[in-house]
Amino acid sequence: MEPHGPREYGRGPMSETPVRRTSLHAEHVKLGARMVPFAGWEMPIQYTGIVDEHNACRNAAGLFDVSHMGELELSGPLAGEVINERITNDASKLQAGQALYTCCCQESGTVLDDLIIYRAGEEAWMIVCNASNRDKIVGVFAAASKGRCEFRDRSDATALIALQGPKAFEVLDRAGADAAKIRDIKPFGFRDVVVCNVRTTVARTGYTGEDGVEIFVAWDDAPALWSQLLALGADLGLKAVGLGARDTLRMEAKLPLYGQEIDETIHPLEAGLGWVVKFDKGDFVGRAALLAAKEKGNARKCVGFEMVGRGIARHGYELLNEAGELVGVCTSGSPSPTTGKNIGIGYLPTELSAVGTKFLVNCRGKHIEAVVVKTPFITKKRPSSTSV
Amino acid sequence: MSTNDLPTDCRFTKDHEWARTEGEDLVVGITSFAVDQLGDITLVSLDAKVGSHIDAGKAFGTIESVKTLSDLYAPVSGTITKVNEALADKPELVNEDCYKGAWMIAIKPDAADAANGLLDRATYAAHCDAAH
Repeated sequence: MEPHGPREYGRGPMSETPVRRTSLHAEHVKLGARMVPFAGWEMPIQYTGIVDEHNACRNAAGLFDVSHMGELELSGPLAGEVINERITNDASKLQAGQALYTCCCQESGTVLDDLIIYRAGEEAWMIVCNASNRDKIVGVFAAASKGRCEFRDRSDATALIALQGPKAFEVLDRAGADAAKIRDIKPFGFRDVVVCNVRTTVARTGYTGEDGVEIFVAWDDAPALWSQLLALGADLGLKAVGLGARDTLRMEAKLPLYGQEIDETIHPLEAGLGWVVKFDKGDFVGRAALLAAKEKGNARKCVGFEMVGRGIARHGYELLNEAGELVGVCTSGSPSPTTGKNIGIGYLPTELSAVGTKFLVNCRGKHIEAVVVKTPFITKKRPSSTSV
Repeated sequence: MSTNDLPTDCRFTKDHEWARTEGEDLVVGITSFAVDQLGDITLVSLDAKVGSHIDAGKAFGTIESVKTLSDLYAPVSGTITKVNEALADKPELVNEDCYKGAWMIAIKPDAADAANGLLDRATYAAHCDAAH
């Protein structure tokens, strides 16, 4: 028995760089987590089991350590302009206390990273980026800020804990008077809140398809917050959730994962992220290329599919037409704990992307039938879009 | 892993298969250590055909959990005499009962004493501890 791990969990040869740990590492170990290398970090892939954690988040609530993600701060009168020139969405419309999801593209229109932009004040902004892209995105915004606004990489000082699921707000009701008012925060809103006597910034965002929040907290305060929240929610069914279930949860909601659905070879329009590309906001890096791509029309589309035959599609598997010819690629695939089906996300030629279209997945030499389906794979409780 | 957690009537491989002698056959499955590493098993594909010959170390099928896919390797060379078809519809049997109900294939070894070349309980337990 030889495991072929998906590449996002870094089961390949260990990299040379030392692996970093979040401030919650001891908590994970205490909970019996299986730790794996991920984007230069040692992160929990699972605690009690992927399916168990997945179901806890769908039916009750889940607590996630996502402290590995990057937090960058830009401030000054020109900070908003600097950010808006580098992203596809329009941050100029944000009020203080509002956030938005966006892509950050290169001149070619392809995706450097997907981000959430937070406007904390008139001249104060925060960007959250993927851990795997932190160096790259720090480079982009440090260069763009030069001589125009202040730039700081706050990632090493900032921990991030996500609390997601239908009972997330019930847990917060028990976390103090201030926390009990968190449900007033609108989707993609955020504000400073004291949670369990800890000063935090709470954003109503997430990456699971469930309602819930993401809580920014000082690096060293994270363990106290984590353990108190877990204890407060235990009888409600709150569980710690690792990267394994984080992946199956976001897949069911068809939220893209950088390195799979989007990367430096894919532009947002074909990824189904046209809604975060605002051509009318003025110039931004990648605008010309994206406009040309829009006029030309997408040759391929990012679709969701279900396996019809017995097989599980995995990242990198070939997608074939019914004649057996290579036509696309699977970007993510897994059994779906919520639907009980084997689901996948991948790129197919536009003419094969309509719901109901049958095609084949090359599962290590076996050609297994699959069909394009409507997404998200689950009915979302609310339009919670995405974190990164 | 403690030696006492392993069944007394089996031999083991470094790839985490077990093999139990039943008559002229060696019955093969995967160990509880492997099951624990894989997590929730969602698909077992046994590609080996009854009557066909397989070489030691060659894949006779694959097993998939939510997160990963693993090959299953023949512990010895021989002829496939049985395949557990029940696992196609009930992959969760591997989680529930890996040493009995979730046996995978039976092989009639080319060499009658082939099982002697496999790991005993103590050696396999030590191998698991080293790998962990």
